[in-house]
Amino acid sequence: MGTPSQFGVYVHIPFCAERCDYCAFATWTDRSQLATAYVDACVADVTRRYREGELTSATSVFFGGGTPSLLDPGLLLRILDAIPLAPGAEVTVECNPDSVDSAKLRSYRAGGVNRVSLGVQSMDPAVLATLGRTHDPAGVERAIGWIGEIGFDSWNVDLIYGSAGESLPSWSATVERVLAFAPPHVSAYALSVEPGTRLAERVTRGSAAPPDDDDQALKYERADDLLTAAGLAWYEISNWARPGFECRHNRCYWEGGEYLGIGCAAHGYTGGRRWWTVHSPERYIAALAHGGSPEAGDERLDAAQARAEATMLAIRTKQGAMLDPGREAAAAQLVDVGLVSRERDHVVLTRQGRLLASEVTVRLAPDLLAPRTRDGG
Amino acid sequence: MAIPLERQRAVSIIAHVDHGKSTLADRLLEICGAVEARDMRAQYLDSMDLERERGITIKAQNVRLQHGDHFVHLIDTPGHVDFSYEVSRSLAACEGVVLLVDASQGIEAQTLANCYLALENDLTIVAALNKIDLPQADPDRVAGEIERVLGLPAHECLRISAKTGAGVPELLDAVIERVPPPGGDPDAPLQALIFDSIYDNYRGVISSVRVVNGVLTSGARLRFVQTGKIHDAEEIGVRTPKPVAVAELGPGEVGYLIAGIKDVGQARVGETVTEQARPAEPLAGYQDPKPMVFCGLYPVVGDDFADLREALEKLSLNDSSFTYEPETSGALGFGFRCGFLGLLHMEIVRERLEREYDLELVATAPNVEYRVHTTGGTVEVVDNPSALPEASRLEAIEEPYVRCTILTPAPYLGTLIDLCESRRGEQKGIEYLSTDRAELIYELPLAEIVLDFYDQLKSRTRGYASLDYDPLGYRVSNLVKVDVLLNAQQVDAFSTVVHRDEAYEYGRRMVDRLRELIPRQLFDVPIQAAVGGRIIARETVKAKRKDVIAKCYGGDVTRKRKLLERQKEGKRRMKQIGTVEVPQDAFIRALRLED
Repeated sequence: MGTPSQFGVYVHIPFCAERCDYCAFATWTDRSQLATAYVDACVADVTRRYREGELTSATSVFFGGGTPSLLDPGLLLRILDAIPLAPGAEVTVECNPDSVDSAKLRSYRAGGVNRVSLGVQSMDPAVLATLGRTHDPAGVERAIGWIGEIGFDSWNVDLIYGSAGESLPSWSATVERVLAFAPPHVSAYALSVEPGTRLAERVTRGSAAPPDDDDQALKYERADDLLTAAGLAWYEISNWARPGFECRHNRCYWEGGEYLGIGCAAHGYTGGRRWWTVHSPERYIAALAHGGSPEAGDERLDAAQARAEATMLAIRTKQGAMLDPGREAAAAQLVDVGLVSRERDHVVLTRQGRLLASEVTVRLAPDLLAPRTRDGG
Repeated sequence: MAIPLERQRAVSIIAHVDHGKSTLADRLLEICGAVEARDMRAQYLDSMDLERERGITIKAQNVRLQHGDHFVHLIDTPGHVDFSYEVSRSLAACEGVVLLVDASQGIEAQTLANCYLALENDLTIVAALNKIDLPQADPDRVAGEIERVLGLPAHECLRISAKTGAGVPELLDAVIERVPPPGGDPDAPLQALIFDSIYDNYRGVISSVRVVNGVLTSGARLRFVQTGKIHDAEEIGVRTPKPVAVAELGPGEVGYLIAGIKDVGQARVGETVTEQARPAEPLAGYQDPKPMVFCGLYPVVGDDFADLREALEKLSLNDSSFTYEPETSGALGFGFRCGFLGLLHMEIVRERLEREYDLELVATAPNVEYRVHTTGGTVEVVDNPSALPEASRLEAIEEPYVRCTILTPAPYLGTLIDLCESRRGEQKGIEYLSTDRAELIYELPLAEIVLDFYDQLKSRTRGYASLDYDPLGYRVSNLVKVDVLLNAQQVDAFSTVVHRDEAYEYGRRMVDRLRELIPRQLFDVPIQAAVGGRIIARETVKAKRKDVIAKCYGGDVTRKRKLLERQKEGKRRMKQIGTVEVPQDAFIRALRLED
């Protein structure tokens, strides 16, 4: 499995101006003073991985967060400069409409960034407020204007649907307004309530309604209709793109490619091993200052786990997953209820199936929870 | 060594719950010096935890008291309607009864029924009015009531306070004076009656016996007449109440027998014990009580089935009055169909199984036994609603009826008549026992009583009314079987037999409840209640629309896999009913809500 020609580098930038109400990611609003030391540590980490032969050349780099656009572009590009790139590599920076400006985007472009992912979430001010987002639709329009002026061909809009108080017309309007900017790529994620977030607290207290699966299903279908009609084709559960503009870095995850996680709370997958780094920027800086490894833990997948994972990841894509010969009956049942279709030795999710991908995976991946062959609890 | 017959008396105390029977027993033990005051544990004879907690006596206990030159065998009896058979076997070992009535309340239905039983057995009744120390005591009124209903002269009623001890020595004197000594021939071949058996983990079966004729000797080779088995009398003794081994028990004496018996069926209540060398005829035993209420008992954890079987076997050593047979339910797995004397008996058995054997159980809704007339002209006896023949084969269903006697303070008559009428009752009489107490007689289907009738009776009368009932036999009723279907598949555990008028209410309730408990599937799942193929209630669990994890942030695949592993683990705990996956505890929770 995996495509040997793919190799991704994910760089985590754990700084934000404000924490969004739904956000459970490793990010901090009060540590901007760490930025320089943090970037130094990331550069040291990249260098170390390179020296150890884990990184030869990256086919994609993804700066995520947090809010990478909050960082001084010079700092961000120092990390990028340290990463050896394959010819034509995709380099993405996540930007917040609030913290991005024309100058920053110009610096990114000049420094080798060729893709921007804009965290729009909604075009409805009321919905943005319930999400705890600080930008407004006018800011989105401005940012997209700069993206076009500066000449980024490849860019993405991130959307979130299904928050309390978002009506179906509001969601449709958001998608339509975004499509008016003719983006080559859109990601639409269902809002989920993560433990420890302000949203979770409001749901527990009863002051916010939890997202409703039926409502989210309806909105997913609406988005899929609108995006498809605008020429953006579905290629992964939450992602649509014009042909040729699929996110290579994302595909690397789904297709079993290897990737490094640089920065704190980042995940990597190299040499059949899944690993993750320490949670806080302080600990990350400290670990690398002593010339040590920032890894906090890892797991080596046995063959069964690896098979289960491959199914779990590949089923999300339009290519679908290879069907395990032992799961013919399960697949036939899923075809009967309209959740998958058969394409030779692959199974591919139908639109109905995309919404129930967890159920489909559990039925198709016989090795999930298979008895472990080695010790370890 | 045997005690001369003329110095022995054997009595039971008949009393209603809370009328002070156990307190009186304690006082008697104390006065006779059987228990030192410092060892006195409140309510000595109620030895089971459950008995002490609920303030009721379940098992017949016995103790030997010495009062002057005389020995009094005191045999305790249960006070609840479900356990009247225990009373009858206690009475078979007595010549007299002490009728104990709360002087502030009056005689209760169950007490009255037991007194009639004593009179039928030609036992002498010594009436005592208890709690005369209470300000609200009205002994004259209650004595008049007793005279009216039982024909016992009011002036012969003793007036006591079991709490303070006032009048208790006089009560003992009266017992010795009025109750005749036992008959019996010490030289005749041995005949001893087993009137109770308990199982002890160390000693095996310990039986309570009364010697009728001959002498029971320690070490004797005994023949148990009904089973035909031979056992050696390993130990015989009396309870004072501490067990004290003795060399022999003569005619009239009451004591215990340990004969190395490990098996329930080998020392049944009503058994006659005689000597191998010189066997005698069996005594008139008594009929085994017939279970009247049935339910399925299932372990919550399927693996506990073997433990449940063992616990039932052991418990039945102590309580031969319940029955159990293995049965299989599509919804609940392997369990037992159990028969009980009544609802309280069912609760007690279940509680003992859970408490003493550490089992977690689920019970199906209780039902009675039906006689089903089929179109083929046969009659089938059915104790499990799901085993009822198809509607097309049904000619008629008969259900057991009882004659129900309720004694109540007169102001509650109206609400009790309402209750009985709403339970398909037919009034047979109202009679005033005194100016403010009345007897109400109704004929009712037993099924109506086993539900919550007793609780209703108590709550509507602030606990003042009492109830007794006798079987009247079977009568044809307009009964229907209600089935519950999940995606067109019948769920056996929820089938029930109810009167046609109540079918809709039951069906609606179960359908609503299951809709809450059954998770959404990949397709719409209809939940239906049906009577003979006609749907009377329906709900739908709508198909699940979305469960996908939207994103996989920053390549964190591990977390995503673990979420799916949890989902798969959840599936493993599902029960498959047709194509529907049901969490194992959904049926259990639905039935528990029924409690």
